[in-house]
Amino acid sequence: MNENTVPELVKRKRRGAFAEVLFRLSKSPLAMFGLAIILLLIFCALFAEVISPYSPIKQDLMHMFETPSAEHWLGTDEFGRDILSRLIFGARVSLQVGFIAVGIALVVGGMLGAISGYYSGWLDNSIMRVMDVLLSIPQTLLAIAIVAALGPSLMNLMIAVGISAVPTYARIVRGSVLSIRSMEFIEAARSVGSSDLRIILRHIIPNSMAPIIVQSTLGVASAILNAAGLSFIGLGIQPPNPEWGAMLSGGRQYIRDFPHMTLYPGLAIMFTILALNFLGDGLRDALDPKLKR
Amino acid sequence: MNDEKYIIVKNLKKYFSTKRGKLHAVDDVSFEIKKGETLGLVGESGCGKSTLGRCLIRLLDSTSGEVLLKNKDNDNYVDITKVNAAEMKALRKRVQIVFQDPYSCLNPRLSVWELIAEPLIVNNIYNNSADMRKRIRELMDTVGLAERLENSYPHELDGGRRQRIGIARSLALNPEFIVLDEPVSALDVCIQAQILNLLNTLQKEFKYTYVFISHNLSVVRHVSDRIAVMYLGQIVELCDYQELFKSPLHPYTQALLSAIPLAKVNVKRERIILEGDVPSPIEPPNACRFAGRCRYACDKCRAGAPELKEHTPGHFVACYRAGELEK
Amino acid sequence: MSENKLMLDIKDLTIYYETDAGVVHAVEGLNLQLGRGESLGLVGETGAGKTTTALGVMRLIPNPPGKIKSGQIIFNGENLLDKSEHEMRKIRGEKIAMIFQDPMTSLNPVMTVDKQIAEMIKLHKNVSESEALKLAGDMLELVGIKRERAKDYPHQFSGGMKQRVVIAIALACDPELLIADEPTTALDVTIQAQVLELMKELKTKFSASMILITHDLGVVAEICDKVAIMYAGRVVEYADKESLYLNPIHPYTNGLFRSVPAIDEDVDELPVIPGLMPDPMDLPKGCAFHPRCAIAEAICAQEQPKMCDFGNGHCAACHVMAKRHGL
Repeated sequence: MNENTVPELVKRKRRGAFAEVLFRLSKSPLAMFGLAIILLLIFCALFAEVISPYSPIKQDLMHMFETPSAEHWLGTDEFGRDILSRLIFGARVSLQVGFIAVGIALVVGGMLGAISGYYSGWLDNSIMRVMDVLLSIPQTLLAIAIVAALGPSLMNLMIAVGISAVPTYARIVRGSVLSIRSMEFIEAARSVGSSDLRIILRHIIPNSMAPIIVQSTLGVASAILNAAGLSFIGLGIQPPNPEWGAMLSGGRQYIRDFPHMTLYPGLAIMFTILALNFLGDGLRDALDPKLKR
Repeated sequence: MNDEKYIIVKNLKKYFSTKRGKLHAVDDVSFEIKKGETLGLVGESGCGKSTLGRCLIRLLDSTSGEVLLKNKDNDNYVDITKVNAAEMKALRKRVQIVFQDPYSCLNPRLSVWELIAEPLIVNNIYNNSADMRKRIRELMDTVGLAERLENSYPHELDGGRRQRIGIARSLALNPEFIVLDEPVSALDVCIQAQILNLLNTLQKEFKYTYVFISHNLSVVRHVSDRIAVMYLGQIVELCDYQELFKSPLHPYTQALLSAIPLAKVNVKRERIILEGDVPSPIEPPNACRFAGRCRYACDKCRAGAPELKEHTPGHFVACYRAGELEK
Repeated sequence: MSENKLMLDIKDLTIYYETDAGVVHAVEGLNLQLGRGESLGLVGETGAGKTTTALGVMRLIPNPPGKIKSGQIIFNGENLLDKSEHEMRKIRGEKIAMIFQDPMTSLNPVMTVDKQIAEMIKLHKNVSESEALKLAGDMLELVGIKRERAKDYPHQFSGGMKQRVVIAIALACDPELLIADEPTTALDVTIQAQVLELMKELKTKFSASMILITHDLGVVAEICDKVAIMYAGRVVEYADKESLYLNPIHPYTNGLFRSVPAIDEDVDELPVIPGLMPDPMDLPKGCAFHPRCAIAEAICAQEQPKMCDFGNGHCAACHVMAKRHGL
């Protein structure tokens, strides 16, 4: 062939798709800041026992309502428990809720969306109308209803938050599948004899990941917020287990005299949500093929 | 080339339902393809040539009609429009397609290697990876892709190389019949010439039968043995390529040929400028589809559609006035 | 050609795109002249820098990442690169108008076509709304669209009609220079013939100068007087149409002509230019074409060839051909 007899002029940098995204992500300082905070939180959650100075549930009635000091960096609460330790252990719960709830939403919503996008027609119609009904109920209200029916526990909290987010994911995945399905390479895969299952797994899902990854990152944030809200009203994590929302709720009655009890859990929630949002925005830009050159 | 009928298309129709009525994309088309020939299919956008190409290999289910494909080992034919899914999967190895747009017809997440391996994996051709490796190398070599490109991704390659990947994929299963759907339209002239030469060499080596779909008449002339001109879902003229360019019979073909901008100076020729646009293919009236833009149209043309008839041996045309207009 | 007769004189124009992956040398020391009333065909493959040149003249290079590094664009004796954005806005549309490739996306879908033309007129002329609309109707008739259709929206027009509307917008303010970027590439052959016919007609009527950007040597042969062939950001050959078509000098121009299949002769294999366009981030040293050139010599890899006049204003940039002609 002609092409190979000519000395090669075009040398291209080889970079995998994943490395390419990381490279572009690293160009955004906000996204890197978000990523750093998330990694820090994950580290805290994993090694909570090692790094927290006190037990999160052990009461110490000699040191109630202490303001921040060298001994208790962030002070103590109404039972003398160290707030920093409770925050560190709380991170474990919050992250668990965030990731698992989004996981549930993603698997269930993603499957429904993929099926409905790939096999349009009556199946698509029936799935999406059910999703529309669910979408018409406010997410928090739906979660409250589910957790109230199942009873308050960590597992039920995650299920409730997860299910209430299913319709959002179903919609996104469906939209993304619909646009990929009309691409010529799907037809090309069919022309060599690929089965439907293979087309969905090998061609449609990997190409529709970008918007889903972005939505999931942002979704973790809203799941954490949702779970904190449910705990705040007493439907989530039960005392004495540390959870940011429950801590906020517990400190509420002392807010005039001891604002540090609500301030720190509030800040923890705020920074986590902020970090996830920064990361999500950064990922969206990094994954946007229009920015590719 | 022997004159064996390899594919026989009979009264093939493909209608799409739209909100405004039935869209007649391919409307009652009949023709034959000989073994080892290249049949060019030309026409303007929306004339149904791509739809017809897809119906030929059943990437689209046709509304009615037959596409008979000659069996490999005997003289019987199999109707590709009627076989079941399992039989179709077996037939996929014999009929293949190369797509128009080398940018969208390759999954951007798969490497060159994975893209070419896909047809082999899907059809369980090899159960041993060494054989498959050898076959992929061989295919890459056949289409002129350097071995070092095997781990590249489509977006890193230029249009010509991507089209080579598309060609390698369609050759992977050793097909007999390949539909080439505008394989060079998205490419620059220099790359276009490279790909056309490649397709030509491959046909000589492996005795493929091609249907070459294009809107570019000079490209079609270069590759085809016979050419079919389509207008609004129907074949209006079908004959040998030289004959078509020398003595086109259908007024539409005449206008089409005169409209090609030639890369030549000091050549005077009469240009037939067609008035207006192609009419809508939705619920077309029972008349010659071209009558509205034809300068020779008479009452007969507006009263009923002419059939594709053999005017002189091997030269088919669908026009009532074909005989009169020859001079 | 005397200096004052020149309408546009581009000197050493260099435009880079600075991206994460590297610097794209889109236009590299480009020189181009255009006389009053002349029409110039700017021919080249994808990535040769044709559109970037046009956008440079309009000062519409997207920044970032694009940047005009150096050079001058003298239009009617004034350097456009010294103009403020405010002054440029007055020039665009009124003095220099541009027609974009894709008529489907260059019209506003929620505005009737006469309003879109009137908007252009009102921007540059001091007329009332009703006068502008009346002028818009005149423009539509001029490009062959009936006045009754003035109140229609773009989606109610076919591709060819939309391109006519785009042309009407471009000509609405009677510009001195019209830049048409692949105006007929998205159109079918017969519609392309209609639009080319219209452009030829308007060219004489408006006596505007024109730069026609295209990859199709056939289209250039239809309506241009002068031709410039671009390769890797530079003009490699520039001449009168007749001279260039009958007697191409640069080996790239020759290759380009031979790559196009002819409609009146049979060749088994198309002569091709081997290899690919160089990566604009990593242009070869010396003549950018030398790695693909059949007649390249040692000097071609060392030194950038200068434009030489081969007689009667037929210029080309090639060491070897210059030597053969004793220049």
